[in-house]
Amino acid sequence: MRPRTVELGLLILATIITGAAYGLTSLGRAGSLPANIIPFLGVVVLMLFSAHVVIRRLAPHADGLLFPLAALLNGLGYAFIARLDPALADSQSAWTLVGLVGFTATLMLFRDVGRLAPYRYTLAVVGVILLLLPLVPGLGVQLNGARIWLRVGPFSIQPGEFAKIVLAAFLAGYLVDKRELLAISTRRIGPLHLPDVKHFGPLLLAWGVALIVMVAERDLGSSLLFFTLFVVMVYVATGRTAYVLTGLSLFAVGSVVSHELFGHVRTRVDIWIDPFADPKGSGFQIVEAAFALADGGLTGTGLGLGTPGKIPFAETDMIFAAIGEELGLVGATAILATFLLFVGAGFRVATQASSLFEKLFAVGLTSLLGFQAFVIIGGVLRVLPLTGVTLPFVSYGGSSLISNYIVLALLIRISDRSNQPAVETSSGGRADRQAVHS
Amino acid sequence: MIDRSIRHVALVLMACFVLLFVQLNRIQVFDADELRNNPNNTRTVQRDFGRARGAISTRDGVVVAQSDLSPNSGFERLRVYPEGELYAHVTGYLSFNLGTTGVERTYNDELAGRTSGLQLSSLSDLLGEVSPTGEIVLTLDHTLQQRARELLGERNGSIVALDPRTGEIRAMYSWPSYDPNLLSGHNGAEVNAAFRELVGAEGNPLRAKTYREIYFPGSTFKIVTGAAALETGVASLESPSFAVTNSYTPPLTDRAIANFGGSACGGPLIELIRVSCNAGFAQLGAEVIGPDRLVEQAQGFGFNLVPPIDLPDATASRFPTDYGSQLREPSLEMPAGIFENSPALAQASIGQNEVAATPLQMALVAAAVANEGQILEPRVVLEVRNVKGEVIDTPNPQGWLTATSRETADELREAMINSARNGTGNRALVEGLDVGTKTGTAQLGTTPARSHAWTIAFAGPRDGTPELVIAVLIEADPENPEQTGGRAAAPIVGDLIRTAFGR
Repeated sequence: MRPRTVELGLLILATIITGAAYGLTSLGRAGSLPANIIPFLGVVVLMLFSAHVVIRRLAPHADGLLFPLAALLNGLGYAFIARLDPALADSQSAWTLVGLVGFTATLMLFRDVGRLAPYRYTLAVVGVILLLLPLVPGLGVQLNGARIWLRVGPFSIQPGEFAKIVLAAFLAGYLVDKRELLAISTRRIGPLHLPDVKHFGPLLLAWGVALIVMVAERDLGSSLLFFTLFVVMVYVATGRTAYVLTGLSLFAVGSVVSHELFGHVRTRVDIWIDPFADPKGSGFQIVEAAFALADGGLTGTGLGLGTPGKIPFAETDMIFAAIGEELGLVGATAILATFLLFVGAGFRVATQASSLFEKLFAVGLTSLLGFQAFVIIGGVLRVLPLTGVTLPFVSYGGSSLISNYIVLALLIRISDRSNQPAVETSSGGRADRQAVHS
Repeated sequence: MIDRSIRHVALVLMACFVLLFVQLNRIQVFDADELRNNPNNTRTVQRDFGRARGAISTRDGVVVAQSDLSPNSGFERLRVYPEGELYAHVTGYLSFNLGTTGVERTYNDELAGRTSGLQLSSLSDLLGEVSPTGEIVLTLDHTLQQRARELLGERNGSIVALDPRTGEIRAMYSWPSYDPNLLSGHNGAEVNAAFRELVGAEGNPLRAKTYREIYFPGSTFKIVTGAAALETGVASLESPSFAVTNSYTPPLTDRAIANFGGSACGGPLIELIRVSCNAGFAQLGAEVIGPDRLVEQAQGFGFNLVPPIDLPDATASRFPTDYGSQLREPSLEMPAGIFENSPALAQASIGQNEVAATPLQMALVAAAVANEGQILEPRVVLEVRNVKGEVIDTPNPQGWLTATSRETADELREAMINSARNGTGNRALVEGLDVGTKTGTAQLGTTPARSHAWTIAFAGPRDGTPELVIAVLIEADPENPEQTGGRAAAPIVGDLIRTAFGR
């Protein structure tokens, strides 16, 4: 089947699920369908199918799974946010609209993602600036313990969400250049073959960025994600396990040191080890999440029939617990499966990408999304210490949603180019481009 | 090569998600029950509050808890307790702020209609609007419960009456009590204020003293000591005969244990029980029975164990277990030998020292005597019914402990009947019935003088199986220093027996 036909069919399905979830939460809570169910469905259909038309026009050969999966996550997340806090739902729908505009704009602006490659060092600078902006006095604000926000008029923006994308692009560009060098080992330490120390530059930069984020901005989750992004991309570019091992050791050292030095890190770890030590205080969030999930059991309390409002931050960090409560193990597993499918589609885009830069970029973007989902769900389920990152496409939050849609647009763009009929992607052209860049 | 690395990354990420899936199963399926029952978990009550919930009624059909529709209150329903403080310690309360206690807690799933049995029975009526909520029928008898309240009046005390053959509790009341309606209301501020007032109130009305508070059992404990003597064969009802004295001084101390009122008593076991002879029992426990056998016998009756009653947070009664090392080997005149703490053992043998029991525990002591040495699990719920009145679940009587052999129990029965007819418990006698008693007056101090007044008893048709056991405790009261088990508690026992047997 052609990818756009698949996409259309799946979008219809995603719309039905979203509409049903939205209607059922209201039925469960108030015993009646929401008054605005028809306009709501109208808006959902309009937004999703406009985006579909955009893809048809701008990226007709792209993978047909990515967008419907994202739409499903976004729609289900919206139904839960509307059920938890109707006021937030209004802004989330606005953010969704902005996200789709960003999605369209990205597709329009970047007809060839590969053109970013020459600007890799500019990108590095932009990325670091974005990351450091919240630390500028007067510009950045601290919310819920993390200093990762910019106050712009009535809005709060998390520039770090966009920094992730920019840094992934930088790393892809850098690694296209340097992967050969990095793959050569010039010295041996014990069983490890290591390249020249000067080529450790990107890894050390990664380590530095992760540390700054963790120490200065107190954002453990993003810190972990940056680090994972760098390690994954360097590993994929070089195929060298040594980098993974070095990266993990650096991370371990960083973790131990920051655990010793910083109270907020220690608190997170203590809660992770035993949330029931202080169930009404520091462990409250994680304990309530466990109670919510236990209440859900196998099939859930039913949409609108649980009490997920009891979980602190249920509409952002803890939204997975709210879904697990009302939809049960079955629904929570469906969310996990949706992410796995998305990640699978993303990696397939990477393997099929038509240039090395696009390949590495796609790997980076997909890993960012996949590991972010793992880090926050793992935090909710106490597989990892809880760190405040959003569940991509599902959680409430403008910056996160917009940046996720940009990631989606970039993946769709890369996929579209690789699937174009042979005439358009003549191998000669690509070889030229690569030759110019390397 | 790069594609191979990508596949590796994909595999790692997949493994991460498998880990999430495993942990999700742990939380939502395997550990779910434990998490739902965690004391920090207020979700259950907050979800059930205001929803449809089955009624609780007595075995004779008096509704003691029900959920009424409450329009315009913010909640669909209000939990109401029509009998006020009479059943507060049995039903407990359903409170938004405070959670649940009593039967409201132990049978929450049945009342809220969350058990599979109830859900299946409501499924058969697919078309009708049948609620799966369960109705709870208590083992308690409203007539007897009301009589218990009247008899106790304004005195602090506890009354437990149960059927020794089944473990069914027929009456369970203690004063001071409280009105659960104050705590089940919709107005959180009022509920909190009422709760604070009750927590600070004289006599701790919130506490179900019948099964959660422990008191010196005094002479009622002599049934346990007597059972140890009979069970181990160191004495029978008729021999040996203890010397008639005013007091007994245990080894290693000069502090004598005096008889009640300084009187002289002695003789064989049946006589010691009849007159409740302190000196004789203290000597029997310390010098003849010895620590190991007395501890074992006390635990055989349920001391140091949490009774398996179907109410939350039951308290274990206490019998001290450590009497130090043996200082002197057993001899002919002192078959138990001497221990470092033999003086404490002498006191424990007459229910003093560190011995403390709930009124429920003392009722179970009488129940063992009445039921051939067998103690059944005490319970307050007779059956669970669905809204149509069909019985869904009937908890079967469950054996809990074998306290004594049948022979020992029968001998103790004889001794208690003798004690009622000719001894301290004669005020409990009821014409035409076999009544056995053991009274107790546990002195707490002399300045001011005050004592707990106890009576434990059983009653049944003449020469037949006892059908009811009763424990009555009137708590020590400085206003009433002269109260004794025989004078204060035994008449209540007699009245309750008359009420229960319709005489």
